[in-house]
Amino acid sequence: MKCRVCGRQANIRLPQYNRALCADDFIAFFEKRVATTIRKYRLIGEQDKTLVAVSGGKDSLSLWNLLARLGFPADGIYIDLGIQEYSRVSFEKTKAMADRLQRTLYSFSLSSAFTKGIKELSRIMKRPPCSLCGMIKRYVMNRACTEHGYTVLATGHNLDDEASALLGNLLHWKEEYLWKKGVALDAEGTYLAKKVKPLFLCSEKEAAAYAVMSGIDYVYEECPYSAGAKTLLYKGLLNRAEEASPATKLMFMKGYLRRTRQTHSGTEGKGPKPVCRLCGYPSYGEQCNFCRLMERFGASGTLSFHVYAQSLS
Amino acid sequence: MEKRLTVEGLLDMFRLSREAHLVMANGALVTEDHTLERDDRVRIIRVISGG
Repeated sequence: MKCRVCGRQANIRLPQYNRALCADDFIAFFEKRVATTIRKYRLIGEQDKTLVAVSGGKDSLSLWNLLARLGFPADGIYIDLGIQEYSRVSFEKTKAMADRLQRTLYSFSLSSAFTKGIKELSRIMKRPPCSLCGMIKRYVMNRACTEHGYTVLATGHNLDDEASALLGNLLHWKEEYLWKKGVALDAEGTYLAKKVKPLFLCSEKEAAAYAVMSGIDYVYEECPYSAGAKTLLYKGLLNRAEEASPATKLMFMKGYLRRTRQTHSGTEGKGPKPVCRLCGYPSYGEQCNFCRLMERFGASGTLSFHVYAQSLS
Repeated sequence: MEKRLTVEGLLDMFRLSREAHLVMANGALVTEDHTLERDDRVRIIRVISGG
């Protein structure tokens, strides 16, 4: 199979775009599409200061690398979940990317803040690890932005992540979440930073190929707590549909975005939100889940971030 | 390998999804129609993560 652009041996076939590409032309194609997503959905402006949520995996490291290449240099935030070897290796890969890009990397350690890793916290709080991890990450990453002056938080969510989450919400008719997905979530006041997903329309396979072709050393191992996650089931179902009918995932999510814009203008739920009496950040109750966790483990109210490297800019 | 095999044949042999795996031969990614040679170093990368 030959590259559609240069005619050399192709390294990847993309049936959803009806083409095959060599490594160089795939990297250019991938970066151009992400640049288009950033421009079309106004994800990052010239004045923005961006923080990337990095886990050491292919999506977040690819995103951090390509944002720099597209002229949106960003710093990184890593959350150490205290999962022994997995967390140690993930942090090493993340630090290697900070070195490569010469950018600042903030890190927050669960074991330092709570003297326990995610497994023990999950057991004590009687909450599944993935659910607790999501809550902690959302809170800590947002606070890293507001406390360090970042206007945008960029995450590596890809097309498969978004399509599988939407499929799950549809299958279980979780209407309260159904129309809340999007490429960008606007900032609210001074307490919620803008959140963007530049890889929203890129498949997981493309993100992995970009990482491999760009020489990005990422963590191949899975988080040990993701085994049996429903997400994997939904991704498998969607990939079977994709193989039989290329571009199914893209059409699913593009159609969703069109409908969100047409029928759900994003005004629902806007207006003053209740805030946590302890930290002052938005909360559904009078105390947010994170402060409840802090209180339960006698942790102090201030978040302490370790700074790995200082950017040159 | 006893006989020559394509990447597509390799994935089918292990019942692996083409959307969920990348295949490298001798350090480079290869497409499904690529024919693997007897002494090729082959690596299958699973790209799907969950959680």
